[in-house]
Amino acid sequence: MSKELEPLADPGLPEHVHRKADIDPIAAKRAERQVAVLFSLSAFGTLLFIYSFFFIKDDVFIFLPIMGNTNAHQLGIGMGMALSLLFIGFGAVHWAKTLMPDQEINEYRHELKSEPEDRSEFVKTAKEGAEQAGLGRRPLIKRSLAAAVGLAGLPAVILLRDLGPLPGNSLNETNWKTGTKLVTDPGDRPIKASDLEVGGVAQVMPALLAGQKRTLEDIAKDAVLLIRLRPSEFQLDAERLSWTHEGIIAFSKICSHMGCAVALYEQTTKHLLCPCHQSTFDVTRAAKVIFGPSARPLPQLAITVDADGYLIAKQPFTEAVGPSFWERKS
Amino acid sequence: MTARERVAGTVANYVDERTGAAAWMKKNLQKVFPDHWSFMLGEIALYSFVILLLSGTFLTFWFDPSMRHVVYEGSYQPLKDVEMSAAYASALHISFDVRGGLLMRQIHHWAALIFMAAIVVHLLRVFFTGAFRKPREFNWILGIALLTLGIVEGFLGYSLPDDLLSGTGVRIAHAIIQSIPVVGTYLSFFAFGGAFPGEVFIPRIYIVHVLLLPGIFLALITVHLMLVWYQKHTQYPGPGRTEKNVVGYPFMPVYMAKAGGFFFIVFGVTAFLGAVASINPIWLYGPYTPGQISAGSQPDWYMGWLDGLVRMAPPLETYIFGYTISWNILLPGLIIPGIIFTGMALYPFIESWLSGDKREHHLLDRPRNVPNRTALGVMSLTFMVIAMINGGNDLIATHFDLSINQIMWFSRIGIIVLPPLAFVITKRICLSLQRADRELVLHGKETGRLVMLPHGEFVEIHEELSAEKKFALTQHEQPKAIALVKEDAGGVLNPKGIRARLQARFSAANAENIAKPTASEVKELEGGHH
Amino acid sequence: MKFISKYRRHKGALPILIMLALTGLGLTFSAATAAPAKNTMSASAKSTIIEEGKEIFLKGCSSCHGLNLEGGAVAPSLIGVGAASVDFQVGTGRMPMQDMSQQAARKTPVYNEEQVAALAAYVASLAPGPRAYTNEEITWERDGNTAEGGELFRNNCAMCHNFAGQGGALTQGKYAPSVMGVEAKHIYEVMITGPQSMPVFSDTIITPEEKLSIIKWIKAAESEPNLGGAALGRVGPVTEGLLVWTFGLGILIGIAVWLTAKAR
Repeated sequence: MSKELEPLADPGLPEHVHRKADIDPIAAKRAERQVAVLFSLSAFGTLLFIYSFFFIKDDVFIFLPIMGNTNAHQLGIGMGMALSLLFIGFGAVHWAKTLMPDQEINEYRHELKSEPEDRSEFVKTAKEGAEQAGLGRRPLIKRSLAAAVGLAGLPAVILLRDLGPLPGNSLNETNWKTGTKLVTDPGDRPIKASDLEVGGVAQVMPALLAGQKRTLEDIAKDAVLLIRLRPSEFQLDAERLSWTHEGIIAFSKICSHMGCAVALYEQTTKHLLCPCHQSTFDVTRAAKVIFGPSARPLPQLAITVDADGYLIAKQPFTEAVGPSFWERKS
Repeated sequence: MTARERVAGTVANYVDERTGAAAWMKKNLQKVFPDHWSFMLGEIALYSFVILLLSGTFLTFWFDPSMRHVVYEGSYQPLKDVEMSAAYASALHISFDVRGGLLMRQIHHWAALIFMAAIVVHLLRVFFTGAFRKPREFNWILGIALLTLGIVEGFLGYSLPDDLLSGTGVRIAHAIIQSIPVVGTYLSFFAFGGAFPGEVFIPRIYIVHVLLLPGIFLALITVHLMLVWYQKHTQYPGPGRTEKNVVGYPFMPVYMAKAGGFFFIVFGVTAFLGAVASINPIWLYGPYTPGQISAGSQPDWYMGWLDGLVRMAPPLETYIFGYTISWNILLPGLIIPGIIFTGMALYPFIESWLSGDKREHHLLDRPRNVPNRTALGVMSLTFMVIAMINGGNDLIATHFDLSINQIMWFSRIGIIVLPPLAFVITKRICLSLQRADRELVLHGKETGRLVMLPHGEFVEIHEELSAEKKFALTQHEQPKAIALVKEDAGGVLNPKGIRARLQARFSAANAENIAKPTASEVKELEGGHH
Repeated sequence: MKFISKYRRHKGALPILIMLALTGLGLTFSAATAAPAKNTMSASAKSTIIEEGKEIFLKGCSSCHGLNLEGGAVAPSLIGVGAASVDFQVGTGRMPMQDMSQQAARKTPVYNEEQVAALAAYVASLAPGPRAYTNEEITWERDGNTAEGGELFRNNCAMCHNFAGQGGALTQGKYAPSVMGVEAKHIYEVMITGPQSMPVFSDTIITPEEKLSIIKWIKAAESEPNLGGAALGRVGPVTEGLLVWTFGLGILIGIAVWLTAKAR
């Protein structure tokens, strides 16, 4: 490697080779006609668009291979538009390639750096300006200006205060209260234990009070999944077992990872899977995470039955539902 | 002088008297641009942006960015009388009750996907050819900013129709915001105007999507293009092409026709896709409610890697002093992307710092001649591709008879093991390509023709390369290792310390090349050819 | 090895099965012409069908599910699954299973309708369970509501079967199959029996009318033409991204190559 490498000499730009159209007037004429044909095809596309837009009803369907049963109106205006644009492009490019000059031109670059005298002139001017303003000599002005400008940014931030309310304790609360009835979603019918077969599931919500309306914010916290197993299949501690009722166990449907609805229940394995990020929870072990990115089991809702045999919440959730947040008590 | 020329002359005179534009125009209409297909990739992105502006404006005429509850009364029967947000209802209205509305929606969405894909391939071209080097570092940073904004802008657009799929995406974005330590909960409450999903999110992201971000885009793209214009385009090396010149065709008329024509072609291809291929069929997804979900919920492709990273994250969460930190969200959702994008933005500076190369570069590198940079690029790509594959693991599982658990484990291990492997392999390949170039220059091209020598031996005829080809294959510089100076002659420790050591190691790695043929080596062989 | 020998026996039984099928067909035809409704089938005809079912069961099913439906190492017990379950599993070709994979896949049924009915009758005769349905009983066209069905589908089905009923992945290589092209009665039976990984949806949780609505929505999705062009599998953004990277970018780069190539 010690030997200095002598590079090969640059042979310079290769000689320009003329195109057919440059030397043969017939070829040039042919290229001209080709460009004209391409432009005319574009006009045809525009006509197709106009025809399809006005005269093909949007309930007409045609069968095409690969595409299946397709809407003719949509296809007609789309293809018309595509053709009208494409052929303008093809025509212009073909024109440029065959008939416009194709001799490469050599342009010289200049270094981007300014000339030394310009640079020193600039530095001088800038320095002089600063000198005249006296910023260096008057620190009091400099500091108070910096403080004022810094503070002036504050209103911009403060103005954003009313974008939303403060969270308060709202993330820890749901509409599940002691004794809240479980009702089907959708349908809002109360559920008895006998309504659910072993291996069955039900999507439930807390029963609405008279005049109450269920908002999306409610659903985002209240959605619950009921699952019925054989009681012998549970591997729960005494407390969690007492939260179940005749093999029916209830979990928050909102994933403890990022809040998707966890409702893929596999009856054979008793696993719950979240379709967003594939966290897998074992229902028999109080929704313990057995796979995937979630770090916490799904919160379990304690349930029991009321005097009429309808399923109710024994108590509110004992932990916040949904994804984690800074203030969450684990 | 014809009448038309007279009119043109009058107009030109009028404008020039008021702006003095003629001098500038005279020079710039003759501006030279080098011709290469890979220089068109950025143009695809630019034209897609214009298509997005046009089709997006059309959509705003009907789109109602409101989360007010309405009951659907439009013509799509399977959703009749379903309660939904006004945003979703108006997106359905555009799709089914505005002629050409569905086409424009599909063009808008396809253009967005093409826009992002074109940005990525343009970025790869710039990276692998070293076009980001001095003096183009600013433009590289602008490009990274455009890529980042593009991802955000795309995601906001995907969220606007308020269908089940987009709502799920917003839900996940909300969880990422909420996971930020200390301020996350507050940020999420400010962004969503309260608890998720609230009623203000769509109108807020709408104005960001249609005004704020497009405005920033326009400004950044303008500067990006002005810098390209001002600094003049890079060019591939070859005979007659040097660091001091740029060889190509004049802007007027050749590039005007080619680039203008290409705009129509990109628009045409996008319209063709919009005509024949369904994209984001929101009517099938249904309106968003937090209690519902569809199997295989994925984001658009440019977020796929992010989703893949989130899926493969370890289930880590810490609870200290009464506060929760969700590493399983922060790590893949914010920290790793943050490192990736910061690293990308700083790369030109890192490379020049390590190589000590402060010169201007206008001639592009052939990727094989810079094995370390090429290997680093392929390594990063491997990382992204594995993350992306994991983002679609459920669909891959069902279509290729695999299990999501297998794919997840493959990705978890692969994302650590495969990128370094890709680095080593790519570097080897680069070096063998260099060797092949050397062979080619010294011994010419194999022709496949055999001749029998008088004493019975068969030899294959090698055809000598032209002087132009030989030059093209040998014009590049091969860097030399910088010797590490621990202490100077007087025994004083090198003040650069770590930097000197890093530079020495890096330049030694960069110097690992197959020696290119020298003029004397070539001369020696000339004449001795068969 | 034991397993293979069972299979051999199963295959050897085929000609016999076909014969049985033909007799079964003849019998039901005569029964059908004699009595217009199944419910009014005479006791003797019923017991003949059960006998037939038993025969088929012993030949084709008992090696895995046990001589008395008690199940075995590789197959679950069939006690109490009812006729509905048999009608769905055998009627859609899922049973008998081709190989011991994670999950029984839909395929061309091995038995014809009458044989399935006989099998179902036999299994139901040993222990009570949900009854089988006919397509005529599932009056989704008349009693279903598409939009309501869509709501129910998205709430209860889409998480596994995807928003358009195209199916999706479950854990460990299992999957929720596509619900396209499935007979109405089979969809109904699936919901009340919960086959394989699928949970049960009792009539009190999702009422029979609601089930009809779900079926109506599925049928609407099935027959929905491609409103925006090729449907790309109706699986969301993944195929869209693939198309952009292959066709979209491919063709644009191809054109860029043409555009910058020197003309001759």
